[in-house]
Amino acid sequence: MTSLRAADIIFDTELYQTRILPVINASIMAVSKPRFFTTTKKGENYELRADLNSEYRDRRKDAIKKVIANMTVGKDVSGLFPDVLKNMQTDDLEQKKLVYLYLMNYAKTQPELVILAVNTFVKDTDDTNPLIRALAIRTMGCIRVEKIIDYLCEPLRKCLKDDNPYVRKTAAICVAKLYDLNPDLAIENGFVSILQDMVSDSNPMVVANAVTALAEIHEASSTKDIFVINTPTLTKLLVALNECTEWGRISILTALAEYKPVDYKEAEHAIERVIPQFQHANGSVVLSAIKVVMIYMRTIRNEELTKQLVRKLAPPLVTLLSSAPEVQYVALRNINIILQKRSDILQNEMRVFFCKYNDPPYVKMEKLEIMIKLANEKNVDQLLSELKEYASEVDVDFVRKSVRAIGQCAIKIDEASERCINVLLDLIDTKVNYVVQEAIVVIKDIFRKYPHKYEGIIPVLCQNLDALDEPEAKASLIWIIGEYAERIENADELIVSFLDTFRDENSQVELQLVTATVKLFLKKPQSTKNIVQRVLQYATTECDNPDIRDRAYIYWRLLSTDPQAAKAVVLSEKPPISVQSNNISGSLLEDLISNISTLASVYHKPPETFLGKGRFGADAVQRRAIEEQEEASRESPIQAQTKSNIENLLDLDFSDPSTLTTSPISTASGSSAPTANVDDLLDLFSGSNITTSPGQSSSTHQNNNLSNDLVSLF
Amino acid sequence: MASAVFVLDLKGKVLISRNYRGDIPMSAVEKFMPLVLEAEEEQQAPTPCFTHEGVNYLYIRHNNLYLLSITKKNSNATMILLFLHKLTEVFTEYFKELEEESIRDNFVIIYELLDEMMDFGYPQTTETKILQEYITQESHKLEIQVRPPMAVTNAVSWRSEGIKHRKNEVFLDVIESVNLLVNSNGNVLRSEILGVIKMKCYLSGMPELRLGLNDKVMFENTGRSPSRGKAIEMEDVKFHQCVRLSRFENDRTISFIPPDGEFELMSYRLNTQVKPLIWVEALVENYAGSRIEYMIKAKAQFKRRSTANNVEIHVPVPDDADSPKFRSSIGSVQYAPEKSCLVWKIKQFQGGKEFLMRAHFGLPSVKNIDDTDKKPPIAVKFEIPYFTTSGIQVRYLKIVEKSGYQALPWVRYITQNGDYQLRMPENIKNNKMPPI
Repeated sequence: MTSLRAADIIFDTELYQTRILPVINASIMAVSKPRFFTTTKKGENYELRADLNSEYRDRRKDAIKKVIANMTVGKDVSGLFPDVLKNMQTDDLEQKKLVYLYLMNYAKTQPELVILAVNTFVKDTDDTNPLIRALAIRTMGCIRVEKIIDYLCEPLRKCLKDDNPYVRKTAAICVAKLYDLNPDLAIENGFVSILQDMVSDSNPMVVANAVTALAEIHEASSTKDIFVINTPTLTKLLVALNECTEWGRISILTALAEYKPVDYKEAEHAIERVIPQFQHANGSVVLSAIKVVMIYMRTIRNEELTKQLVRKLAPPLVTLLSSAPEVQYVALRNINIILQKRSDILQNEMRVFFCKYNDPPYVKMEKLEIMIKLANEKNVDQLLSELKEYASEVDVDFVRKSVRAIGQCAIKIDEASERCINVLLDLIDTKVNYVVQEAIVVIKDIFRKYPHKYEGIIPVLCQNLDALDEPEAKASLIWIIGEYAERIENADELIVSFLDTFRDENSQVELQLVTATVKLFLKKPQSTKNIVQRVLQYATTECDNPDIRDRAYIYWRLLSTDPQAAKAVVLSEKPPISVQSNNISGSLLEDLISNISTLASVYHKPPETFLGKGRFGADAVQRRAIEEQEEASRESPIQAQTKSNIENLLDLDFSDPSTLTTSPISTASGSSAPTANVDDLLDLFSGSNITTSPGQSSSTHQNNNLSNDLVSLF
Repeated sequence: MASAVFVLDLKGKVLISRNYRGDIPMSAVEKFMPLVLEAEEEQQAPTPCFTHEGVNYLYIRHNNLYLLSITKKNSNATMILLFLHKLTEVFTEYFKELEEESIRDNFVIIYELLDEMMDFGYPQTTETKILQEYITQESHKLEIQVRPPMAVTNAVSWRSEGIKHRKNEVFLDVIESVNLLVNSNGNVLRSEILGVIKMKCYLSGMPELRLGLNDKVMFENTGRSPSRGKAIEMEDVKFHQCVRLSRFENDRTISFIPPDGEFELMSYRLNTQVKPLIWVEALVENYAGSRIEYMIKAKAQFKRRSTANNVEIHVPVPDDADSPKFRSSIGSVQYAPEKSCLVWKIKQFQGGKEFLMRAHFGLPSVKNIDDTDKKPPIAVKFEIPYFTTSGIQVRYLKIVEKSGYQALPWVRYITQNGDYQLRMPENIKNNKMPPI
């Protein structure tokens, strides 16, 4: 009896919760702010469903918010699709937006049910309020379900001709959305040509969005004839440029950058109209304008004008360094490119690239690169004292790069090499281990560039021999010892000190050691015969590395057959080295100039190298994106039911909560496995591609052979 | 063009997101944090944009949040990063603080804003004031359904029509921030002024404004000379989008229809040769293992009739310094161990004056070997009212509105510190300082 009673009580409270509490709740909610992220009770979807179908407006709206809240934290609420859908028809704008948002997220999971939303959508595109018309057409374009597309065309046509520019500008983007889903439909319905006409729209915002959409469609099209700018369009764009929002300006400037002026006059005129944009507060507008000017400058023949333009480019570039660090980073990467094209651009501005203590590391590194590019006789002293300062900071990478930069200055500017050496000696004096090692590496390069000029410092370097534990530093010092063996009194002792640990060394060090020993022998044959024999003996018999073994064999043979020849080979004059300040090749540089401000300009790589290929290619990624969304639908049990009977579902009797409670569990367990499968499948495809192609070529080869044979038969 | 935008916490958990193009699996975000950490581990500073398996990640940090955008095209990186910054700006203006909590509390409105500010990955309307006209925190009542303000698509996309103020007033604030970098030998490496002119506009209707400055280039163009004082040469000027740029390019006229309320009209940059306004010299004596002593001299190198207010001089000290002792000829000194520095505060610092401060800290006898010597610079904060370093002057502000009302402009000048850093000198070795 007692247990039964307990059950009764539970039943009662449940009833109370679902039937009575909500009424009270509604009144409470008006007072206190409802918390949408809290309840995680069992059967939450059940409660939500009841609320979504409530007769009270406020409760329905709160339920929708709760559904969206759940969606936000990643819970699967696709099972509530029909119930949320019922709330689409409403005068409450906020509620409408939320339902639309829900639809965008889950349409893929319920492609059958989305059709039920079409009516409301189409009705909304006829609403008297332009905000709703635009919202409807914007959302419809985002519902990437085949079935919706058929219903999209008529409302879209209407909206493209809407009186209100807000609706038109939204519809313009919608054409790009449609084209992305179904290019043929967009062209057949004439939307693309309407878009082309919209470039002449009276409203600048509409023009900007039409340009945006056309540029995207043009890029995606195979024919590349969608958006070809001609002189009249150019004029229109230049007019709109001054009137639209900052983002619209970027679209227009990006389009202008694609245009090739017919002659220098047109280029000069366009540049004149673009240059005022250098004064825009939005750095992206500025950089896009710089891009256009850099590209059009190719067409300009007047040298005086070119000089003038280069002068005008500097201030906006410098100002970009006052933006947020992330934007600074992109600006610095672009300045790097621009400097390689126009090295005179920031000649007197090196100070603005000095690093601040609180600059993020990625900014400091880029600034260093640019400082080296700008280094010249006039500013090198300043730069050296800066670099010395940086070398005493704590960020090891930055310190190393600063030390390297000193070496690059020495190699770049002959007059400064001695000062650089002095700074490096000061740094070696600090005894900070990684600084010393980096300095020695750098000094080796300076010795290469200026042979027999700074041998005087060799003793200082040799004093630090024990401190070296990095292969590159060790190898550098050994190279120096070998190269200047005749000047170093105890060169043989120094070399010998390395020999005991020969077999533990990195191959880079071993290689240098072998060469240095041979040099030593050639320079001081009397005292070092034993050493060279010992080294070559070891390198040829005990060393596993074939490179070292081979080199040792060659030396051995050279030495034993013709010592004079050995001298000529081993001690030959080395070709001079120079600093690679312009490290981007000509054609790539032009390519990057055309891509200023884009990701390519940040990576310093042509776009095709980082835009994914194969299974990471744009299409494959998109396919996976679609599959990811559809995956959820396969897992959602409600979908299975829907397919059989939609009407029935809409009037579902929700008394059976089992379907609902199982849905999140099954998706949770299923979602990871299927994507893995997809990956496997893709792997399979890419794998088979690779294996079949050689097969194919070999079979064609065989065919050729066959036909050749046939030919020879006759 | 962005495929999706995410707001994440520092652990990489997605707080809210919006998928704009559906062309990248949203699960790509799961790779974001591991990739950032991986870059950190390899001792490469993670950069604000990187690419992985055909997906490009662009992100910024704000408070304890990441704002991330992904794209698979060769998109305009500057635009996306600036858009993310714009998002933080708009969110902050809407919710005061942008952090995890405020995102949770306002998810509905954030979705609305994300929908309105970007379409198919292309930024649309990002002016907070205009957005606030049709996306509001109070839920919309049925009687009044909002409509898109004309301004959204107008050529004047920053001001709505029909604004009325009882009193028509304009306040101009000319604020110059001084960026200074001095090296450890006391040489000025960089001295730069970043000026902004901020406006508070309370004007009715659609007023046409024209601002006149003592701009050297303008005087040269027109062949006139300034009636009094000197003209200044601005190296680069940036304008709010309301200013007609082509007009400025032609004859240096600054003409515009202002937004209502507060906004930044323009910013300018110039290098100066003037003496650093507040000069700080430091002498440091470090007896490793026992104590460290500082002697700080601060000097106001501007005219006597000006006064710097709320001056704060932050001098870095070792992380493990203890038992501070201070003596100063003016102001108060405090030890801020959480920032590893001492702060010398001087309420009013008159031009031409010079003050001294002495500090003494104990040091532990055993030094942690892992402690590398960071060398943060001395930082100075200050404000000098009624004064600009550049000598910029507002010559006039003409206000024309068709209803013909009279409006008086008010102008205020102020100079303050920007990034004002003086690097610490080398420690001196011999004992020169007398005891405190």
